[in-house]
Amino acid sequence: MKKFKVAILGTGNIGTDLLIKVQRSQYLECVAFVGRNTNSSGMAKAREMGITCSDKSIEFIKQNHKNIDLVFDATSAKDHLLHAPVFKDLGIIAIDLTPAKVGVMSVPAANLSDCLAADNINMITCGGQASIPLAYAIGQSQKNVEYIETVSIIASKSAGPATRRNLDEYIQTTEKGLIEFSGAKASKAIINLNPAIPCINMQTTVYAKVSNPNMDSLNTSVSEIVEKIKKYVPGYELIVPPLYENGRISIMVKVRGLGDYLPEYAGNLDIINCAAIAMAEEYAKNGLEV
Amino acid sequence: MSQDNHILISDPTLRDGNHAVSHQLTAKQIALYCSAADRAGIPIVEVGHGNGLGASSLQVGLAAIDDFTMLTTARDNLKSSKLAVHVIPGFATIEKDIKPAIEYGVDVFRVAAHCTEADVTERHIHFCRNEGKTVFGVLMMTHMADRFLLAEEATKMQAYGAEAVILMDSAGNYLPSDVVEKVSHLVETLSIPVGFHAHNNLGMAIANSIAAVECGALILDGCARGFGAGAGNTQLEALIAVLERMKYSTGVDLYKTLDAGNLAERELMKVIPTISSTSIVSGLSGVFSGFLKPVNRISQEFGVNPRDVFFELGRRKVVAGQEDIIIEVAKSLKGSKYDE
Repeated sequence: MKKFKVAILGTGNIGTDLLIKVQRSQYLECVAFVGRNTNSSGMAKAREMGITCSDKSIEFIKQNHKNIDLVFDATSAKDHLLHAPVFKDLGIIAIDLTPAKVGVMSVPAANLSDCLAADNINMITCGGQASIPLAYAIGQSQKNVEYIETVSIIASKSAGPATRRNLDEYIQTTEKGLIEFSGAKASKAIINLNPAIPCINMQTTVYAKVSNPNMDSLNTSVSEIVEKIKKYVPGYELIVPPLYENGRISIMVKVRGLGDYLPEYAGNLDIINCAAIAMAEEYAKNGLEV
Repeated sequence: MSQDNHILISDPTLRDGNHAVSHQLTAKQIALYCSAADRAGIPIVEVGHGNGLGASSLQVGLAAIDDFTMLTTARDNLKSSKLAVHVIPGFATIEKDIKPAIEYGVDVFRVAAHCTEADVTERHIHFCRNEGKTVFGVLMMTHMADRFLLAEEATKMQAYGAEAVILMDSAGNYLPSDVVEKVSHLVETLSIPVGFHAHNNLGMAIANSIAAVECGALILDGCARGFGAGAGNTQLEALIAVLERMKYSTGVDLYKTLDAGNLAERELMKVIPTISSTSIVSGLSGVFSGFLKPVNRISQEFGVNPRDVFFELGRRKVVAGQEDIIIEVAKSLKGSKYDE
């Protein structure tokens, strides 16, 4: 079978982890690993894997666009705002791993096929990929969702400089996604970094305020969505099934990463990459070119 | 009195104390205490949800009134005292929380992070400084890091533009010797003032605060009747009295502070903070004092011993804001009981 040709823009932790996942995929192949710094450890890893590398950033994509079906943009929100119109002009599908919020928000367990019509897909945030499917299950099974809140705790070591500088954007983008997918009237996102050694796994809690909750229907919805997520995020685990206490619904999950480029505790980085790969494979399976 | 002997007093009664009443302080209570603190000449009065600006949530508790009501009420009742807020990036954002707080008239932003994570405060500190506000960096749960790491993190805050760095003993775990070791090192390392915020879980709040000023801290936090999370904070009235006796100047009126203490006891609290048995365990295990109420509530719901929950939380090195882990710990403790 002919594989979908993808380029990865951004050679940090996210980009390099994506590369390993792409090379394992039966639907995707990485034709270029592109950034700004030839000496980055990501570039070294890519060269070792025999991948074409470039430090010409977006210019490389412009010059080689005929050979690229899809780009993963793992740079920064600021850079993606500049890149997005370029991808569009070149007719390349963009999967955006920054919180730039340019394209359609994608949570594969909830709206995978709906996204195929779009040419720019936003993967929201790591906490969003863990919490929004649960918020979606709440929205699907309950009538009046007044409020949804999510809290993610991640290991300090898994939060790079960009994550740390962008906590506000993380919060805003996650809150927007929670509302969009659950239909709740209001939302709140909280993120916490934990420096404990050995590093903790990513843990995410979703709380909801729902008038007259139907817990049976919620349990069914949540079990279904967790099974769907596990198909593309094997380390996603429900550790506290829907619980009604103190007038609120709580659901808690733990995410262990695959340990590809990043250690297993970095479930936060793994889940957004797994979701991005699931999205790209869906395009490939449908043989779509914009 | 020489400048060297001056200690700046910051009073978080209406912020840390909110933990003690599950964030249910009302506008009337805020108005009454602000007037009393203002009359006593307390330089900085901190107001808000226990976890600060934008923190009202199911995770750490919904506040009875919103930030707008809390801060505008406080502003209306503070004439000479400055109005301060506690800001934790990860809860509060610049757009949604800090910009409005500036509009409501907040003077001092105390931007806080877990003691090893100072770099998350960079943008918030920058922003508040650029707006011309007074900004202190706050390192929380500082018993969890050694003095070298604390100095590294505090130096980052100084570089971002913080005008002072406050070390919080959020778990009430310090002994005076710990204070001396850490505060002296920070005083030597930084070019900005160092402050200390104590909790009283092991009965050490006043002693620790005094140890801090004796080795060069210039800012101390104290709360009326010690009204604060867990076993409470340094009791402000006693602190002012001790500082007076030791010939430090604070500019605070002792009699009027005693009056403010009486008012706080009458108007703000159902019970005066005490070192409860569970609080002692909380301090020993090094868990954030604000966990006391949720740990008690959830332990009761699950039928487990809150002391076991605290020691397990301490073993897992949880940090402030991780209240969701309490449910998981209680659930697993209950599970292990069934296994027996």
